[in-house]
Amino acid sequence: MRKLFSFHGGVHPPTHKDESTRSPIAQAPLPSKLVIPLSQHVGNRAVPIVQVGERVLKGQQIGRPEGKLSSAVHASTSGTVTAIDMQLVAHHSGLPDLCVTIIPDGKDEWITHAGMDLKNTPHSELRKQLRNAGVVGLGGAVFPSDQKTDAHHHQIKTLVINGAECEPYITCDDLLMRERAADILHGAEILRELLHAEEVLIGIEDNKPEAVAAMQFAVEQDKHDKMEVLSIPTMYPSGGAKQLIRILTGIEVAAGVRSTEMGVQCFNVATAYCVWRALAHGEPLLSRIVTVTGNVTDAQNFDVLIGTPLDELVALAGSKPDTDRHIMGGPMMGVDLPAGTVGITKATNCIIESSPKLFPPQAPALPCIRCTRCADVCPAELQPQDLYWFAKSNNFGKTQEFHLFDCIECGACAYVCPSNIPLVQYYRYAKSEIHERERDKKAADLARERHEYRQLRIERDKQEKAEKLAQKEREAAAKAAQAAAAAPVATQNDAQQKLIEEAIARAQTQAAVAHPQNTEALTPEQSAEIAAIEARRAKIREMATDAGADDEPHKQ
Amino acid sequence: MISALWVMIGISLLLGAVLGYSSIKFKVEGNPLVEKIDAVLPQTQCGQCGYPGCKPYAEAIAKGETSINKCPPGGEEGIQKLADLLGVEFQPFGEGAAPKGKAVAFIDEQTCIGCTLCIQACPVDAIVGAAKQMHTIIASECTGCELCLPPCPVDCITMQAIGENITNWKWRHPVIIPIKAAA
Repeated sequence: MRKLFSFHGGVHPPTHKDESTRSPIAQAPLPSKLVIPLSQHVGNRAVPIVQVGERVLKGQQIGRPEGKLSSAVHASTSGTVTAIDMQLVAHHSGLPDLCVTIIPDGKDEWITHAGMDLKNTPHSELRKQLRNAGVVGLGGAVFPSDQKTDAHHHQIKTLVINGAECEPYITCDDLLMRERAADILHGAEILRELLHAEEVLIGIEDNKPEAVAAMQFAVEQDKHDKMEVLSIPTMYPSGGAKQLIRILTGIEVAAGVRSTEMGVQCFNVATAYCVWRALAHGEPLLSRIVTVTGNVTDAQNFDVLIGTPLDELVALAGSKPDTDRHIMGGPMMGVDLPAGTVGITKATNCIIESSPKLFPPQAPALPCIRCTRCADVCPAELQPQDLYWFAKSNNFGKTQEFHLFDCIECGACAYVCPSNIPLVQYYRYAKSEIHERERDKKAADLARERHEYRQLRIERDKQEKAEKLAQKEREAAAKAAQAAAAAPVATQNDAQQKLIEEAIARAQTQAAVAHPQNTEALTPEQSAEIAAIEARRAKIREMATDAGADDEPHKQ
Repeated sequence: MISALWVMIGISLLLGAVLGYSSIKFKVEGNPLVEKIDAVLPQTQCGQCGYPGCKPYAEAIAKGETSINKCPPGGEEGIQKLADLLGVEFQPFGEGAAPKGKAVAFIDEQTCIGCTLCIQACPVDAIVGAAKQMHTIIASECTGCELCLPPCPVDCITMQAIGENITNWKWRHPVIIPIKAAA
C-alpha cells in the first residue's frame, strides 16, 4: 500500500452525492436545438467555419482552433445551422458570446471518422488530433489537452488521473468510472505514452467505493503496468490539482511553479476517457456526462450533447416548480446561469437546481472578527483574512504580495466564515482588477513603443531630407566652382554683366508694351477726368514731400 | 597635531577624489524620475494635458511646471499613483477634464476619401492607408486619443466605445451572495 500524504486545511461539506448515483448514466434524447458556444475552452475563441443554412454532420468541425492556445468546436449531431450570433452562455458574467445554433434533423448522421494507429503515429500528430477533436480538460478548467500533453519542456515522472470529485452534489466522474473504467484507463495509457511518464496514479475519494472497485478491476483485467488506483480520504478540495498531487505523491508544488516542473502532470478521468475516444475512435468531444441534481424529482447523470439547452436537460430530471436558479458546477465553486436557454458546454459537469429551501439566502455579511478560521482551512496555505482586507480596500499590490494568485477559489474559507463574508468574491474581484491593469499596462507599453518609434522615424526622415538637400547644395557649389576654375574670372564677370543688362532691357521693353489696356479708345470726357485725377495726385504727392521736409528739422 | 591634520586632509582629498570620479563615471543619463512618471501615464499620447505626448507631460511634471491632474485617460487612479510616486497631495480633476470610457476610433469606409491626414495625426501609427486609398484603424493598437478626429475633412471618423464583453468582463466589488450548501 502506497503512503498517502495530506494537504493543509480542507473542509467537510455535506456531500449530497447519493441522490444522483442511484441510477446509471442515461442517454439524453436529441434536443430540439443545440446552442454551441465557440469559446468553451481556455484561450482563443474558435473561428466559425460554417455558414447559416448549411447542413452539418455529427462530428463535423464548426469552429476552427485559432492560435496556439485554442481548441476546435464540433456539431454534436447532424442538422442545419440556423444562426451564428451572440447568445447568452454559461459564464459568470451573464454576457452573450458567439454561438452556433443547430436544429437537429433527427438522423444523428456521423461524418466519416476513424481511429488512429496509436503505435505508429508520431506524438505531434496525436496532439494535433486532440486539438482538432476539441479535447479539453473536463474537470472544469477546460484547458486544451494538446497543450498539456506537450512534454518537451519537462521530464514527467508521474501522471496523476484525477477522479477525486470532491465537490458536493457532483457525481459525473463517479458514474463514468463505474461504467467506463476500461476506456478511462486506455486514455490514461495514451496520456502516459504522450508524456513519457513512468507511473500512473489514480486518486479517488473514499466516498466512491464502487468507482474505486471498478477502476481497480479494470486495472487488473487489462493488466496495466505501473498504474495504481488509490482511495484517498474524503476532504474538500482534494480534487484540486495541486492538492491531489500532494496527497498522492507528497510533492508540494510551490507558489508560482507548475506541477510539470516537479515532474507531475494531472488529468481528469473524463478527459482521459475523451482522449481515448478521440484518438482510438476518431470521435471529437461531442457529449459529456452531466449530473442534474438539487431541486429535482429524479436526480441523475445524463450523457448530454454539447449545446443542449439547459431547460431541456433539467426537464429530463423533473425540475420542481419552485426552482429559482440554476447553478453550474458544485455549491462551492459553481456559477449561477443567466438563463434556461444557455447551452451545455464542455465545462458543465453538474447542474444544481436551486430553490430557496435548498439554498436559503445567505445572511448578510458581518465584519471580519479575525478568527482566522479561513486560514486554518485554506488548502493553498494563504491568509484569507488579509487577502480579504486588501482586496476590499483595493490594495491590489498587497494582495499579490500575499500570493492572491495561488488562491484556487475553492470557497473553503467562505464556507467556514462565521461572519458570512463572501471571501471568494473579493478574491475574484481583486484578480480580475489585477488582470485588467496588466492588460492596460501591456497596451500602454505597446503604445509607448509605437509612439517612440514613430518619433524616431519622423526624426530620421527629417535628417535624411536635410542631408539630401545639403548634398545637392554641395554638388551645385562644386559645379559652380568647377565652371569658375575652368573659365577666366574676367570673362565670367563680363558674361554676368551682359546677362544682367539683357535682363534689364527685356524688363524695360516688357514694361513699355504692358501699359494699361483700359486707357485706349476713351471719350474726351473720360480723358479729361483722368487728367484731373492725375493732377490731384501729383498735388498730394507734392504736399506729402513738403510735409516730410518740414518734419525733418523737428526731429533733429 | 600637525600629523593629525595631514591625515585628515589626506583622507578628505582621497574621498573627494573618489566622489568626483564616481560622479563622472556613474553619471545617470537623463532624469530617472521622468521615466518613472512616464511609466505611470497611460501612453494614449492624446495631448489632453496640453503637452504633445505622455513623455513631455512626464518631463513637465518632473520639473514641477504642471500639476498631476491633467491626464483624464489615466483616471483618478493615475492621479493617485502620481501622487504616491511624487509624494504630493492627490488632486481631483479640474473642470471638463473628467475621464471618458475607453473607445477606439472607427473610419467609415464609405465616406473616407483617402487624404492621409489622419495617418499623419495618429501618434501610434494605428491607421493603415495610402493616398486616395481607403484608410482603416488597427483597433488593437488604437489608444483612443481622438487626435485623428479634427484633421478629417469629411468627418468620417467616429469614436466607438469598447463595451463590456466576455473577454474584458470584470468581477464587481462583492455584493453577490455566495452559494453555500445547506447543512
